[in-house]
Amino acid sequence: MEYFVQQLINGLTLGAIYGLIAIGYTMVYGIIGMINFAHGEIFMIGAFTSLLTFLVLGAAGISWVPLALFLALAITMLLTPIYGWTLERVAYRPLRGSPRLAALITAIGMSIFLQNYVQLLQGARNKPMQPIIRGGFELMREGDFVVLLSYLQIFIILLTVGLMIVFTLIIHRTALGRAQRACEQDRGMAALVGINVDRTISLTFVMGAALASVAGFIFLINYGVIDFFIGFLAGIKAFTAAVLGGIGSLPGAMLGGFLIGLIEAFWSGYFTVEYKDVAAFGILVLVLIFRPTGLLGKPDIEKV
Amino acid sequence: MLSVSGVHTFYGNIEALRGVDVEVAEREIVTLIGANGAGKSTLLMTICGNPRATTGTITLNGEDITQRPTFEIVRMGVAQSPEGRRIFPRMTVEENLRMGAVTADPQYYDEDRARVFDLFPRLKERVEQRGGTLSGGEQQMLAIARALMSRPRLLLLDEPSLGLAPMVVKQIFEVIREINESQKMTVFLVEQNAFHALRLAHRGYVMVNGQITLTGSGDELLANPEVRAAYLEGGH
Ligand SMILES: Nc1ncnc2c1ncn2[C@@H]1O[C@H](COP(=O)(O)OP(=O)(O)OP(=O)(O)O)[C@@H](O)[C@H]1O
Ligand SMILES: [Mg+2]
Repeated sequence: MEYFVQQLINGLTLGAIYGLIAIGYTMVYGIIGMINFAHGEIFMIGAFTSLLTFLVLGAAGISWVPLALFLALAITMLLTPIYGWTLERVAYRPLRGSPRLAALITAIGMSIFLQNYVQLLQGARNKPMQPIIRGGFELMREGDFVVLLSYLQIFIILLTVGLMIVFTLIIHRTALGRAQRACEQDRGMAALVGINVDRTISLTFVMGAALASVAGFIFLINYGVIDFFIGFLAGIKAFTAAVLGGIGSLPGAMLGGFLIGLIEAFWSGYFTVEYKDVAAFGILVLVLIFRPTGLLGKPDIEKV
Repeated sequence: MLSVSGVHTFYGNIEALRGVDVEVAEREIVTLIGANGAGKSTLLMTICGNPRATTGTITLNGEDITQRPTFEIVRMGVAQSPEGRRIFPRMTVEENLRMGAVTADPQYYDEDRARVFDLFPRLKERVEQRGGTLSGGEQQMLAIARALMSRPRLLLLDEPSLGLAPMVVKQIFEVIREINESQKMTVFLVEQNAFHALRLAHRGYVMVNGQITLTGSGDELLANPEVRAAYLEGGH
Protein backbone atom coordinates (compact mmCIF):
# COMPACT_ATOMS: atom_id res chain seq x y z
CA MET A 1 0.00 0.00 0.00
CA GLU A 2 2.72 2.45 0.98
CA TYR A 3 4.71 1.61 -2.07
CA PHE A 4 1.61 2.03 -4.19
CA VAL A 5 0.96 5.51 -2.84
CA GLN A 6 4.56 6.51 -3.48
CA GLN A 7 4.37 5.38 -7.10
CA LEU A 8 1.06 7.17 -7.47
CA ILE A 9 2.65 10.43 -6.37
CA ASN A 10 5.64 9.93 -8.66
CA GLY A 11 3.39 9.03 -11.56
CA LEU A 12 1.26 12.12 -11.15
CA THR A 13 4.35 14.34 -11.15
CA LEU A 14 5.61 12.74 -14.31
CA GLY A 15 2.13 12.86 -15.80
CA ALA A 16 1.95 16.60 -15.18
CA ILE A 17 4.94 17.07 -17.45
CA TYR A 18 3.54 14.85 -20.21
CA GLY A 19 0.09 16.39 -19.93
CA LEU A 20 1.36 19.94 -20.28
CA ILE A 21 3.36 19.05 -23.38
CA ALA A 22 0.54 16.95 -24.84
CA ILE A 23 -1.82 19.93 -24.86
CA GLY A 24 0.42 21.68 -27.38
CA TYR A 25 0.46 18.66 -29.68
CA THR A 26 -3.26 18.25 -29.56
CA MET A 27 -4.09 21.93 -30.09
CA VAL A 28 -1.80 22.33 -33.06
CA TYR A 29 -3.12 19.12 -34.53
CA GLY A 30 -6.67 20.30 -33.99
CA ILE A 31 -6.17 23.64 -35.65
CA ILE A 32 -3.89 22.87 -38.61
CA GLY A 33 -3.93 19.09 -38.73
CA MET A 34 -0.21 18.62 -38.39
CA ILE A 35 1.95 16.87 -35.82
CA ASN A 36 4.42 19.47 -34.64
CA PHE A 37 7.34 17.15 -34.02
CA ALA A 38 9.49 20.04 -32.87
CA HIS A 39 7.19 20.59 -29.89
CA GLY A 40 9.32 18.40 -27.61
CA GLU A 41 12.22 20.74 -28.36
CA ILE A 42 10.15 23.69 -27.16
CA PHE A 43 9.80 21.86 -23.86
CA MET A 44 13.59 21.38 -23.77
CA ILE A 45 14.16 25.07 -24.54
CA GLY A 46 11.73 25.89 -21.73
CA ALA A 47 13.88 23.86 -19.35
CA PHE A 48 17.02 25.69 -20.48
CA THR A 49 15.33 29.07 -20.28
CA SER A 50 14.30 28.24 -16.71
CA LEU A 51 17.82 27.17 -15.82
CA LEU A 52 19.36 30.33 -17.23
CA THR A 53 16.75 32.45 -15.51
CA PHE A 54 17.50 30.79 -12.18
CA LEU A 55 21.20 31.44 -12.73
CA VAL A 56 20.58 35.08 -13.54
CA LEU A 57 18.25 35.45 -10.56
CA GLY A 58 20.87 33.82 -8.35
CA ALA A 59 23.54 36.17 -9.63
CA ALA A 60 21.20 39.09 -9.02
CA GLY A 61 20.87 37.97 -5.43
CA ILE A 62 17.22 37.05 -5.54
CA SER A 63 17.21 34.09 -3.21
CA TRP A 64 13.79 34.14 -1.59
CA VAL A 65 12.41 30.89 -3.00
CA PRO A 66 8.79 31.88 -3.76
CA LEU A 67 9.93 34.99 -5.60
CA ALA A 68 12.65 33.15 -7.51
CA LEU A 69 10.16 30.45 -8.53
CA PHE A 70 7.58 32.96 -9.60
CA LEU A 71 10.01 35.04 -11.62
CA ALA A 72 11.64 32.05 -13.26
CA LEU A 73 8.27 30.64 -14.22
CA ALA A 74 6.98 33.95 -15.54
CA ILE A 75 10.12 34.66 -17.57
CA THR A 76 10.16 31.12 -18.96
CA MET A 77 6.52 31.40 -20.01
CA LEU A 78 7.26 34.73 -21.61
CA LEU A 79 10.45 33.88 -23.50
CA THR A 80 9.92 30.29 -24.64
CA PRO A 81 6.78 31.00 -26.67
CA ILE A 82 8.89 33.26 -28.89
CA TYR A 83 10.41 30.05 -30.20
CA GLY A 84 7.00 28.50 -30.76
CA TRP A 85 5.81 31.61 -32.57
CA THR A 86 8.94 31.83 -34.74
CA LEU A 87 8.76 28.15 -35.56
CA GLU A 88 5.27 28.55 -36.95
CA ARG A 89 6.05 31.78 -38.79
CA VAL A 90 9.30 30.66 -40.38
CA ALA A 91 8.88 26.95 -40.90
CA TYR A 92 5.20 26.02 -41.03
CA ARG A 93 3.23 28.96 -42.35
CA PRO A 94 4.95 29.03 -45.73
CA LEU A 95 3.99 25.38 -46.13
CA ARG A 96 0.34 25.79 -45.32
CA GLY A 97 -1.68 24.23 -48.09
CA SER A 98 1.20 22.04 -49.26
CA PRO A 99 1.13 18.26 -48.79
CA ARG A 100 1.17 17.01 -45.22
CA LEU A 101 4.39 15.15 -45.76
CA ALA A 102 6.23 18.41 -46.45
CA ALA A 103 5.08 19.87 -43.15
CA LEU A 104 5.93 16.68 -41.30
CA ILE A 105 9.46 16.54 -42.69
CA THR A 106 9.93 20.22 -41.93
CA ALA A 107 8.83 19.60 -38.35
CA ILE A 108 11.37 16.82 -37.94
CA GLY A 109 14.00 19.08 -39.48
CA MET A 110 13.13 21.88 -37.07
CA SER A 111 13.34 19.43 -34.19
CA ILE A 112 16.89 18.46 -35.16
CA PHE A 113 17.77 22.08 -35.77
CA LEU A 114 16.59 23.20 -32.34
CA GLN A 115 18.47 20.37 -30.63
CA ASN A 116 21.66 21.36 -32.37
CA TYR A 117 21.04 25.00 -31.68
CA VAL A 118 20.86 24.38 -27.95
CA GLN A 119 23.77 21.97 -28.07
CA LEU A 120 25.90 24.62 -29.75
CA LEU A 121 24.89 27.38 -27.38
CA GLN A 122 24.88 25.39 -24.16
CA GLY A 123 27.16 22.47 -24.81
CA ALA A 124 26.35 18.78 -24.82
CA ARG A 125 27.03 18.09 -21.19
CA ASN A 126 24.39 17.67 -18.50
CA LYS A 127 23.38 20.84 -16.73
CA PRO A 128 22.70 20.26 -13.06
CA MET A 129 20.78 22.52 -10.74
CA GLN A 130 20.57 22.59 -6.97
CA PRO A 131 17.19 21.54 -5.62
CA ILE A 132 15.24 24.69 -4.99
CA ILE A 133 12.29 23.33 -3.03
CA ARG A 134 13.26 20.97 -0.26
CA GLY A 135 11.42 18.99 2.36
CA GLY A 136 7.97 17.50 2.48
CA PHE A 137 5.48 15.48 4.47
CA GLU A 138 5.92 12.01 5.64
CA LEU A 139 2.58 10.56 4.56
CA MET A 140 2.95 7.01 5.83
CA ARG A 141 5.57 4.79 7.21
CA GLU A 142 5.91 1.05 7.32
CA GLY A 143 9.07 -0.23 8.85
CA ASP A 144 11.86 1.38 6.89
CA PHE A 145 9.70 2.46 4.02
CA VAL A 146 8.54 6.06 4.16
CA VAL A 147 6.03 7.55 1.77
CA LEU A 148 7.15 11.06 1.05
CA LEU A 149 5.03 13.77 -0.43
CA SER A 150 7.49 16.55 -1.06
CA TYR A 151 6.58 20.22 -1.14
CA LEU A 152 8.01 20.15 -4.63
CA GLN A 153 5.48 17.56 -5.76
CA ILE A 154 2.62 19.47 -4.17
CA PHE A 155 3.80 22.58 -5.97
CA ILE A 156 4.02 20.75 -9.28
CA ILE A 157 0.58 19.19 -9.06
CA LEU A 158 -1.08 22.45 -7.97
CA LEU A 159 0.69 24.41 -10.68
CA THR A 160 -0.28 21.93 -13.37
CA VAL A 161 -3.87 21.53 -12.34
CA GLY A 162 -4.20 25.31 -11.93
CA LEU A 163 -2.81 25.93 -15.40
CA MET A 164 -5.03 23.28 -16.94
CA ILE A 165 -8.09 24.91 -15.38
CA VAL A 166 -7.11 28.39 -16.55
CA PHE A 167 -6.36 27.04 -19.95
CA THR A 168 -9.66 25.18 -20.24
CA LEU A 169 -11.47 28.37 -19.26
CA ILE A 170 -9.62 30.30 -21.97
CA ILE A 171 -10.66 27.78 -24.61
CA HIS A 172 -14.29 27.62 -23.50
CA ARG A 173 -15.08 31.10 -22.29
CA THR A 174 -13.00 33.67 -24.13
CA ALA A 175 -13.18 35.17 -27.59
CA LEU A 176 -9.72 33.81 -28.35
CA GLY A 177 -10.80 30.32 -27.34
CA ARG A 178 -13.89 30.53 -29.51
CA ALA A 179 -11.77 31.73 -32.41
CA GLN A 180 -9.46 28.77 -31.92
CA ARG A 181 -12.33 26.32 -31.87
CA ALA A 182 -13.85 27.96 -34.93
CA CYS A 183 -10.57 27.63 -36.84
CA GLU A 184 -10.36 24.04 -35.74
CA GLN A 185 -13.85 23.26 -37.03
CA ASP A 186 -13.86 25.22 -40.29
CA ARG A 187 -10.98 27.53 -41.07
CA GLY A 188 -12.56 29.02 -44.17
CA MET A 189 -15.77 29.84 -42.34
CA ALA A 190 -13.81 31.29 -39.43
CA ALA A 191 -12.23 33.76 -41.86
CA LEU A 192 -15.68 34.44 -43.27
CA VAL A 193 -16.95 35.67 -39.91
CA GLY A 194 -13.96 37.97 -39.61
CA ILE A 195 -11.42 35.94 -37.66
CA ASN A 196 -7.77 36.49 -38.44
CA VAL A 197 -6.93 32.84 -38.92
CA ASP A 198 -3.16 33.31 -39.21
CA ARG A 199 -3.06 35.23 -35.98
CA THR A 200 -5.19 32.62 -34.24
CA ILE A 201 -2.86 29.86 -35.38
CA SER A 202 0.14 31.87 -34.16
CA LEU A 203 -1.48 32.30 -30.77
CA THR A 204 -2.16 28.59 -30.62
CA PHE A 205 1.54 27.89 -31.04
CA VAL A 206 2.29 30.51 -28.41
CA MET A 207 -0.12 28.96 -25.92
CA GLY A 208 1.15 25.44 -26.59
CA ALA A 209 4.73 26.62 -26.16
CA ALA A 210 3.89 28.41 -22.92
CA LEU A 211 2.49 25.20 -21.44
CA ALA A 212 5.40 23.12 -22.75
CA SER A 213 7.79 25.62 -21.21
CA VAL A 214 6.11 25.11 -17.84
CA ALA A 215 6.67 21.39 -18.32
CA GLY A 216 10.35 22.18 -18.94
CA PHE A 217 10.43 24.29 -15.80
CA ILE A 218 8.89 21.43 -13.82
CA PHE A 219 11.31 18.93 -15.31
CA LEU A 220 14.22 21.12 -14.25
CA ILE A 221 13.17 21.68 -10.66
CA ASN A 222 12.01 18.09 -10.25
CA TYR A 223 14.92 16.18 -11.73
CA GLY A 224 17.59 18.84 -11.30
CA VAL A 225 19.49 17.92 -14.43
CA ILE A 226 18.81 18.66 -18.09
CA ASP A 227 20.54 18.34 -21.43
CA PHE A 228 19.76 19.26 -25.01
CA PHE A 229 18.29 15.84 -25.73
CA ILE A 230 15.48 15.70 -23.11
CA GLY A 231 12.93 16.96 -25.61
CA PHE A 232 13.10 13.83 -27.70
CA LEU A 233 11.77 11.19 -25.36
CA ALA A 234 9.48 13.55 -23.45
CA GLY A 235 8.12 14.74 -26.78
CA ILE A 236 7.36 11.22 -27.94
CA LYS A 237 5.74 10.32 -24.63
CA ALA A 238 3.62 13.44 -24.68
CA PHE A 239 2.62 12.75 -28.25
CA THR A 240 1.65 9.24 -27.17
CA ALA A 241 -0.37 10.80 -24.37
CA ALA A 242 -2.17 13.04 -26.85
CA VAL A 243 -3.02 10.08 -29.08
CA LEU A 244 -4.03 7.96 -26.12
CA GLY A 245 -6.43 10.64 -24.91
CA GLY A 246 -7.70 11.25 -28.44
CA ILE A 247 -5.72 13.66 -30.59
CA GLY A 248 -7.51 16.96 -30.91
CA SER A 249 -9.19 16.59 -27.52
CA LEU A 250 -7.91 18.85 -24.75
CA PRO A 251 -9.21 16.91 -21.76
CA GLY A 252 -7.92 13.86 -23.61
CA ALA A 253 -4.40 15.28 -23.69
CA MET A 254 -4.47 16.00 -19.96
CA LEU A 255 -5.90 12.60 -19.10
CA GLY A 256 -3.48 10.88 -21.49
CA GLY A 257 -0.55 12.69 -19.91
CA PHE A 258 -1.44 11.59 -16.41
CA LEU A 259 -2.14 8.03 -17.57
CA ILE A 260 1.21 7.69 -19.33
CA GLY A 261 2.94 9.11 -16.25
CA LEU A 262 1.16 6.64 -13.98
CA ILE A 263 1.78 3.67 -16.26
CA GLU A 264 5.46 4.48 -16.32
CA ALA A 265 5.72 4.95 -12.60
CA PHE A 266 3.85 1.76 -11.75
CA TRP A 267 5.63 -0.29 -14.32
CA SER A 268 9.01 0.88 -13.05
CA GLY A 269 7.88 0.33 -9.50
CA TYR A 270 6.46 -3.16 -9.84
CA PHE A 271 8.20 -4.62 -12.87
CA THR A 272 11.36 -3.33 -14.44
CA VAL A 273 12.57 0.14 -15.21
CA GLU A 274 14.01 -0.96 -18.53
CA TYR A 275 10.67 -1.70 -20.13
CA LYS A 276 8.70 1.29 -18.87
CA ASP A 277 8.67 2.92 -22.31
CA VAL A 278 7.52 -0.29 -23.92
CA ALA A 279 4.70 -0.47 -21.38
CA ALA A 280 3.48 3.02 -22.21
CA PHE A 281 3.55 2.39 -25.95
CA GLY A 282 2.03 -1.07 -25.50
CA ILE A 283 -0.96 0.35 -23.69
CA LEU A 284 -1.32 2.94 -26.42
CA VAL A 285 -1.50 0.21 -29.04
CA LEU A 286 -4.07 -1.69 -27.01
CA VAL A 287 -6.27 1.34 -26.53
CA LEU A 288 -6.09 2.23 -30.20
CA ILE A 289 -7.15 -1.27 -31.20
CA PHE A 290 -10.33 -0.99 -29.16
CA ARG A 291 -10.86 2.76 -29.44
CA PRO A 292 -9.20 4.06 -32.60
CA THR A 293 -10.08 7.65 -31.74
CA GLY A 294 -8.40 7.49 -28.34
CA LEU A 295 -10.04 7.59 -24.94
CA LEU A 296 -11.88 10.90 -25.23
CA GLY A 297 -11.72 11.51 -28.96
CA LYS A 298 -15.14 11.18 -30.54
CA PRO A 299 -15.96 10.43 -34.10
CA ASP A 300 -17.98 13.42 -35.16
CA ILE A 301 -21.69 13.41 -35.35
CA GLU A 302 -22.14 16.02 -37.98
CA LYS A 303 -24.71 16.95 -40.50
CA VAL A 304 -23.15 19.20 -43.06
CA MET B 1 -21.25 49.93 -53.04
CA LEU B 2 -19.97 46.68 -54.54
CA SER B 3 -18.39 46.60 -57.94
CA VAL B 4 -17.06 43.49 -59.63
CA SER B 5 -15.39 44.03 -62.96
CA GLY B 6 -13.76 41.62 -65.36
CA VAL B 7 -13.28 38.98 -62.68
CA HIS B 8 -11.85 35.60 -63.59
CA THR B 9 -11.53 32.86 -60.98
CA PHE B 10 -9.88 29.49 -61.37
CA TYR B 11 -10.00 26.22 -59.45
CA GLY B 12 -6.79 24.70 -60.67
CA ASN B 13 -7.31 24.59 -64.42
CA ILE B 14 -11.05 25.02 -64.29
CA GLU B 15 -12.11 28.55 -65.07
CA ALA B 16 -15.19 29.03 -62.91
CA LEU B 17 -15.68 32.76 -63.53
CA ARG B 18 -14.93 34.08 -66.99
CA GLY B 19 -14.98 37.83 -66.84
CA VAL B 20 -17.82 38.75 -64.52
CA ASP B 21 -19.14 42.30 -64.13
CA VAL B 22 -21.64 43.00 -61.38
CA GLU B 23 -22.67 46.24 -59.70
CA VAL B 24 -24.62 46.44 -56.48
CA ALA B 25 -25.65 49.89 -55.31
CA GLU B 26 -26.12 50.98 -51.73
CA ARG B 27 -29.43 49.73 -50.24
CA GLU B 28 -30.24 47.57 -53.24
CA ILE B 29 -31.41 43.97 -53.23
CA VAL B 30 -29.79 42.22 -56.17
CA THR B 31 -30.43 38.63 -57.13
CA LEU B 32 -28.16 36.33 -59.08
CA ILE B 33 -29.74 33.33 -60.74
CA GLY B 34 -28.23 30.61 -62.87
CA ALA B 35 -28.09 26.87 -63.42
CA ASN B 36 -26.15 24.45 -61.25
CA GLY B 37 -22.44 24.91 -61.71
CA ALA B 38 -22.80 28.33 -63.33
CA GLY B 39 -20.41 29.90 -60.84
CA LYS B 40 -22.78 31.73 -58.50
CA SER B 41 -21.29 30.48 -55.26
CA THR B 42 -17.84 31.04 -56.67
CA LEU B 43 -18.70 34.67 -57.27
CA LEU B 44 -19.90 35.18 -53.69
CA MET B 45 -16.79 33.53 -52.34
CA THR B 46 -14.50 35.45 -54.68
CA ILE B 47 -15.99 38.69 -53.35
CA CYS B 48 -14.79 37.54 -49.93
CA GLY B 49 -11.35 36.72 -51.26
CA ASN B 50 -11.45 32.92 -51.15
CA PRO B 51 -10.77 31.81 -53.85
CA ARG B 52 -9.08 34.89 -55.19
CA ALA B 53 -9.83 36.50 -58.50
CA THR B 54 -6.91 35.88 -60.85
CA THR B 55 -7.73 38.93 -62.94
CA GLY B 56 -10.20 41.77 -62.64
CA THR B 57 -10.99 44.01 -59.70
CA ILE B 58 -13.50 44.01 -56.89
CA THR B 59 -14.15 47.23 -55.04
CA LEU B 60 -16.18 47.85 -51.93
CA ASN B 61 -17.25 51.45 -51.34
CA GLY B 62 -14.60 52.49 -53.82
CA GLU B 63 -11.82 50.57 -52.07
CA ASP B 64 -10.01 47.84 -53.99
CA ILE B 65 -10.45 44.63 -52.03
CA THR B 66 -9.35 42.16 -54.70
CA GLN B 67 -6.22 41.11 -52.83
CA ARG B 68 -7.39 41.78 -49.28
CA PRO B 69 -7.41 38.90 -46.79
CA THR B 70 -10.88 37.50 -46.17
CA PHE B 71 -11.13 38.62 -42.55
CA GLU B 72 -10.33 42.21 -43.53
CA ILE B 73 -13.03 42.22 -46.19
CA VAL B 74 -15.48 40.91 -43.62
CA ARG B 75 -14.42 43.58 -41.17
CA MET B 76 -15.31 46.19 -43.77
CA GLY B 77 -18.93 45.20 -43.27
CA VAL B 78 -19.52 42.16 -45.46
CA ALA B 79 -21.25 39.03 -44.15
CA GLN B 80 -21.99 35.84 -46.00
CA SER B 81 -24.33 32.97 -45.39
CA PRO B 82 -22.39 30.56 -47.57
CA GLU B 83 -23.30 27.57 -49.66
CA GLY B 84 -23.53 24.47 -47.52
CA ARG B 85 -24.37 26.64 -44.48
CA ARG B 86 -21.09 25.84 -42.78
CA ILE B 87 -22.36 26.00 -39.24
CA PHE B 88 -19.62 25.36 -36.69
CA PRO B 89 -20.70 21.81 -35.86
CA ARG B 90 -19.26 21.47 -32.37
CA MET B 91 -20.43 24.85 -31.19
CA THR B 92 -23.82 25.54 -29.73
CA VAL B 93 -26.36 27.75 -31.47
CA GLU B 94 -25.43 30.51 -29.04
CA GLU B 95 -21.73 30.17 -29.80
CA ASN B 96 -22.42 30.17 -33.52
CA LEU B 97 -24.24 33.46 -33.09
CA ARG B 98 -21.32 34.78 -31.09
CA MET B 99 -19.02 33.84 -33.95
CA GLY B 100 -21.25 35.83 -36.27
CA ALA B 101 -20.83 38.82 -33.97
CA VAL B 102 -17.02 38.64 -33.88
CA THR B 103 -16.68 41.86 -35.84
CA ALA B 104 -19.66 43.62 -34.24
CA ASP B 105 -19.70 46.04 -31.35
CA PRO B 106 -20.39 43.85 -28.26
CA GLN B 107 -22.84 46.38 -26.89
CA TYR B 108 -25.37 45.36 -29.54
CA TYR B 109 -25.04 41.65 -28.91
CA ASP B 110 -28.11 41.15 -26.73
CA GLU B 111 -30.28 43.31 -28.93
CA ASP B 112 -29.18 41.56 -32.14
CA ARG B 113 -29.55 38.17 -30.55
CA ALA B 114 -33.10 38.99 -29.50
CA ARG B 115 -33.81 40.19 -33.02
CA VAL B 116 -32.67 36.99 -34.75
CA PHE B 117 -34.59 34.95 -32.20
CA ASP B 118 -37.65 36.96 -33.15
CA LEU B 119 -37.03 36.05 -36.76
CA PHE B 120 -36.31 32.42 -36.02
CA PRO B 121 -38.04 31.36 -32.77
CA ARG B 122 -36.90 27.83 -33.49
CA LEU B 123 -33.33 28.81 -32.83
CA LYS B 124 -34.28 30.25 -29.50
CA GLU B 125 -35.63 26.90 -28.35
CA ARG B 126 -32.32 25.36 -29.26
CA VAL B 127 -29.70 27.80 -27.98
CA GLU B 128 -27.72 25.12 -26.21
CA GLN B 129 -27.91 22.52 -28.97
CA ARG B 130 -24.78 21.87 -30.97
CA GLY B 131 -24.83 23.20 -34.52
CA GLY B 132 -23.94 19.86 -36.09
CA THR B 133 -27.03 18.21 -34.66
CA LEU B 134 -29.53 20.76 -35.97
CA SER B 135 -31.78 19.77 -38.84
CA GLY B 136 -30.88 21.07 -42.28
CA GLY B 137 -33.53 23.78 -42.18
CA GLU B 138 -32.52 24.85 -38.68
CA GLN B 139 -28.93 25.08 -39.84
CA GLN B 140 -30.03 27.29 -42.71
CA MET B 141 -31.81 29.59 -40.27
CA LEU B 142 -28.72 29.67 -38.09
CA ALA B 143 -26.47 30.48 -41.04
CA ILE B 144 -28.62 33.48 -41.93
CA ALA B 145 -28.92 34.52 -38.29
CA ARG B 146 -25.16 34.28 -37.86
CA ALA B 147 -24.61 36.49 -40.89
CA LEU B 148 -27.03 39.06 -39.50
CA MET B 149 -25.25 39.16 -36.15
CA SER B 150 -22.37 41.18 -37.60
CA ARG B 151 -24.71 44.03 -38.64
CA PRO B 152 -23.31 43.88 -42.16
CA ARG B 153 -23.64 46.70 -44.63
CA LEU B 154 -23.47 44.17 -47.44
CA LEU B 155 -25.17 40.83 -46.88
CA LEU B 156 -24.30 37.96 -49.24
CA LEU B 157 -26.78 35.09 -49.19
CA ASP B 158 -26.14 31.84 -51.02
CA GLU B 159 -29.48 30.10 -51.58
CA PRO B 160 -31.09 31.19 -48.31
CA SER B 161 -34.28 29.26 -49.12
CA LEU B 162 -32.51 25.93 -49.59
CA GLY B 163 -34.07 23.17 -47.54
CA LEU B 164 -36.69 25.37 -45.92
CA ALA B 165 -40.43 24.83 -45.86
CA PRO B 166 -42.38 27.19 -48.19
CA MET B 167 -43.78 29.06 -45.18
CA VAL B 168 -40.31 29.69 -43.85
CA VAL B 169 -39.02 30.70 -47.28
CA LYS B 170 -41.72 33.31 -47.53
CA GLN B 171 -40.87 34.50 -44.09
CA ILE B 172 -37.17 34.72 -44.90
CA PHE B 173 -37.79 36.78 -48.01
CA GLU B 174 -39.94 39.09 -45.95
CA VAL B 175 -37.18 39.38 -43.42
CA ILE B 176 -34.69 40.25 -46.15
CA ARG B 177 -36.93 42.97 -47.45
CA GLU B 178 -37.54 44.23 -43.95
CA ILE B 179 -33.89 44.53 -42.96
CA ASN B 180 -33.05 46.00 -46.31
CA GLU B 181 -35.53 48.79 -45.72
CA SER B 182 -35.23 49.38 -42.00
CA GLN B 183 -31.50 48.89 -41.63
CA LYS B 184 -30.26 50.16 -44.96
CA MET B 185 -28.64 46.81 -45.54
CA THR B 186 -27.53 46.02 -49.07
CA VAL B 187 -28.29 42.46 -50.11
CA PHE B 188 -26.77 40.36 -52.88
CA LEU B 189 -28.35 36.95 -53.06
CA VAL B 190 -28.07 33.80 -55.09
CA GLU B 191 -31.26 31.81 -55.54
CA GLN B 192 -32.64 28.74 -57.23
CA ASN B 193 -36.03 29.92 -56.15
CA ALA B 194 -35.94 32.41 -59.01
CA PHE B 195 -39.55 33.54 -58.92
CA HIS B 196 -39.58 34.69 -55.31
CA ALA B 197 -36.07 36.04 -55.50
CA LEU B 198 -36.70 38.15 -58.57
CA ARG B 199 -39.90 39.49 -57.11
CA LEU B 200 -38.02 40.52 -54.04
CA ALA B 201 -35.05 42.02 -55.84
CA HIS B 202 -34.68 45.48 -57.28
CA ARG B 203 -32.42 44.07 -59.97
CA GLY B 204 -31.14 40.72 -61.09
CA TYR B 205 -28.36 39.05 -63.04
CA VAL B 206 -28.40 35.77 -64.91
CA MET B 207 -25.21 33.76 -64.97
CA VAL B 208 -24.39 31.05 -67.49
CA ASN B 209 -21.10 29.19 -67.48
CA GLY B 210 -19.18 31.73 -65.48
CA GLN B 211 -20.46 34.75 -67.38
CA ILE B 212 -23.27 37.22 -66.89
CA THR B 213 -25.62 36.89 -69.84
CA LEU B 214 -28.58 39.01 -68.81
CA THR B 215 -29.36 41.78 -66.42
CA GLY B 216 -32.33 43.95 -65.65
CA SER B 217 -34.87 44.87 -63.03
CA GLY B 218 -36.54 42.02 -61.20
CA ASP B 219 -39.75 42.50 -63.14
CA GLU B 220 -37.97 42.69 -66.49
CA LEU B 221 -36.23 39.41 -65.85
CA LEU B 222 -39.43 37.81 -64.66
CA ALA B 223 -41.07 38.83 -67.92
CA ASN B 224 -38.15 37.76 -70.08
CA PRO B 225 -39.06 34.65 -72.11
CA GLU B 226 -35.55 33.18 -71.90
CA VAL B 227 -35.54 33.50 -68.16
CA ARG B 228 -39.03 32.06 -67.95
CA ALA B 229 -38.05 29.10 -70.06
CA ALA B 230 -34.80 28.37 -68.27
CA TYR B 231 -35.48 29.23 -64.64
CA LEU B 232 -39.19 29.58 -64.08
CA GLU B 233 -40.55 26.66 -66.04
CA GLY B 234 -43.13 24.81 -64.10
CA GLY B 235 -44.03 28.09 -62.49
CA HIS B 236 -44.07 28.98 -58.90
N1 LIG C 1 -13.39 23.72 -54.82
C1 LIG C 1 -13.59 23.50 -56.12
N2 LIG C 1 -12.65 22.83 -56.83
C2 LIG C 1 -12.82 22.61 -58.17
N3 LIG C 1 -13.88 23.02 -58.85
C3 LIG C 1 -14.84 23.68 -58.19
C4 LIG C 1 -14.74 23.95 -56.79
N4 LIG C 1 -15.83 24.65 -56.41
C5 LIG C 1 -16.59 24.78 -57.51
N5 LIG C 1 -16.00 24.22 -58.58
C6 LIG C 1 -16.52 24.19 -59.95
O1 LIG C 1 -16.74 25.53 -60.36
C7 LIG C 1 -17.95 25.63 -61.09
C8 LIG C 1 -18.85 26.65 -60.44
O2 LIG C 1 -19.27 26.16 -59.19
P1 LIG C 1 -20.22 26.99 -58.22
O3 LIG C 1 -20.27 26.26 -56.94
O4 LIG C 1 -19.78 28.38 -58.19
O5 LIG C 1 -21.61 26.85 -58.96
P2 LIG C 1 -23.04 27.38 -58.53
O6 LIG C 1 -23.51 28.29 -59.60
O7 LIG C 1 -23.02 27.90 -57.16
O8 LIG C 1 -23.89 26.03 -58.59
P3 LIG C 1 -25.10 25.51 -57.65
O9 LIG C 1 -26.34 26.17 -58.13
O10 LIG C 1 -25.15 24.04 -57.94
O11 LIG C 1 -24.76 25.82 -56.25
C9 LIG C 1 -18.54 24.24 -61.12
O12 LIG C 1 -18.23 23.67 -62.37
C10 LIG C 1 -17.85 23.50 -60.03
O13 LIG C 1 -17.68 22.14 -60.34
MG1 LIG D 1 -23.83 27.29 -55.42
